[in-house]
Amino acid sequence: MRMALLEVKNLGISFGGLKAVDNFNVSIEKGELYGLIGPNGAGKTTVFNLLTGVYQPNTGTMELDGVNLVGKSPSEICRSGIARTFQNIRLFKKLSVRDNVKVALHNDVEYSLLASIFRLPSYFSREKAMNEKSREILEVFGLEEYENSYAANLPYGKQRELEIARALATEPKLLLLDEPAAGMNPNETAELMETIKLIRDKFDITILLIEHDMKLVAGICERLTVLNFGTELASGETSEVLNDPKVITAYLGE
Amino acid sequence: MKWNKKVVVRVLAIVLSYVLITVLLRMGLLNRQYTALLVPIGVNIMLAVSLNLVTGFLGELSLGHAGFMSIGAYAGALFTLNVNMPSGISILLAMIIGGVAAAVFGFLIGVPVLRLRGDYLAIVTLAFGEIIKSVLNALSFTNGARGLSKIPSYTNYEHYTLVFVVAVITVLVISNIVDSRHGRAVCSVRDNYIAAESIGISVSRFKILAFVIGAFFAGVAGVIYAHNVGIIKPTTFDYNKSIEILVIVVLGGMGSIKGSIIAAVILTALPELLRGADDLRMLLYSIALIVMMLFNQSGIRERIKGRIESSRKQKAGE
Repeated sequence: MRMALLEVKNLGISFGGLKAVDNFNVSIEKGELYGLIGPNGAGKTTVFNLLTGVYQPNTGTMELDGVNLVGKSPSEICRSGIARTFQNIRLFKKLSVRDNVKVALHNDVEYSLLASIFRLPSYFSREKAMNEKSREILEVFGLEEYENSYAANLPYGKQRELEIARALATEPKLLLLDEPAAGMNPNETAELMETIKLIRDKFDITILLIEHDMKLVAGICERLTVLNFGTELASGETSEVLNDPKVITAYLGE
Repeated sequence: MKWNKKVVVRVLAIVLSYVLITVLLRMGLLNRQYTALLVPIGVNIMLAVSLNLVTGFLGELSLGHAGFMSIGAYAGALFTLNVNMPSGISILLAMIIGGVAAAVFGFLIGVPVLRLRGDYLAIVTLAFGEIIKSVLNALSFTNGARGLSKIPSYTNYEHYTLVFVVAVITVLVISNIVDSRHGRAVCSVRDNYIAAESIGISVSRFKILAFVIGAFFAGVAGVIYAHNVGIIKPTTFDYNKSIEILVIVVLGGMGSIKGSIIAAVILTALPELLRGADDLRMLLYSIALIVMMLFNQSGIRERIKGRIESSRKQKAGE
């Protein structure tokens, strides 16, 4: 049996009287491509925010590779191996495309403040390593030609890809993608599906994604969880879940 | 190699400006009024560049930079007034003491404002500056409202080399930090702190780092200022002084170190250049400020640049 990479049990959070997420359970295995779907306002992004420490859960446990995640800050959770993208793109707009990736290498390639002030040899060698590494990652997405332009000046689809590239640079075990295909046309979505599969294999990571585009979900996700009103409606193999009458009702109404 | 070119340009700029100042002084081309400006220009460059680290690169509006300057000025002046050492050693130690004292306060102010952003943080820094002023006013060893006087003039225009070197060090240290992994982390906090956290950047650490380094150099600038004018009072470092530094940073461009330097030179010299206009002086200064801001911000500069380029291309085509 494969070991579960992410183990979430009974996760819950309420805002005031509203239970945004209630009794959420998921167990994602290493190397899996897992989908999280549901109608608008179902609590999908809230689950991501809980997993990445933006919100602290009221109930439940979360473990990554057996290590507890509850109570950790977002930056600590990143260091323990979860990286994410955002539904509304959050790039470092006034930094170059290359620097966006290099910031994400911050904890990976280190040198001291004194090395940067006095330009010690370690500064040059590590900066060189960073440049090479960031280029490698950018090449996966065909972004290397934009290396020196501001992130804000990239076309929309490229911005989404840069966000994924930046997340990958932190060398995560688990990558969370929040609506990666939002705002993309069918061609771009098809291309994105290939890219997601490719990075899963190339970087040997596990991916959990939120998506509304059913074609993408059906096309690449191996298993799914459907959320509705903060609770789990169904979960299991993609084809079974998508044909579940309960799920169809939640999406289309009676 | 690209990097080498950058270093060559920097070294040239430093050497040329030093030679220029020396030549102007030695040949007696500057009258007293202008030689007296040399050190204040250096001080303002240091203040503007250090504030730019906080405001331009970290992206937090700080309205209390004069507070850090005053801590440095008082700490440094109290040191030189109370010790009996050769002037060279004395001023160097004073600068270190002033800088460290200001940095400690930068840390102290940095910690509570970690939870704040934007307008709220700006108000807290403003209050901080005013509190420092009031405390300096109330304490007996700072001599209250009368302030400190007879501070030895260790940094008058004759010591322009010392001030020049310290200003260059300030600029180099800050621009080196900005162009490093630490600087990128600081900029990432400015551009999107949620995303910065999500890639493992400890936002609090870099906020404090920027505040402490900014405060340190403001403190050193304060020491130079104190030993240049000889008299310091709490009111010298009020809110107007903070705004004055902020104006330099905004005019030079948020996040542009080169811009801060140029703006510091222009805005320090401008009031003196306008002295001939007597009563109209401050009016003209204000108008000049407005015009410069418009020129900088409304895209006039880009349009002029574009026109020059297109005419050049035309010429090349013919």
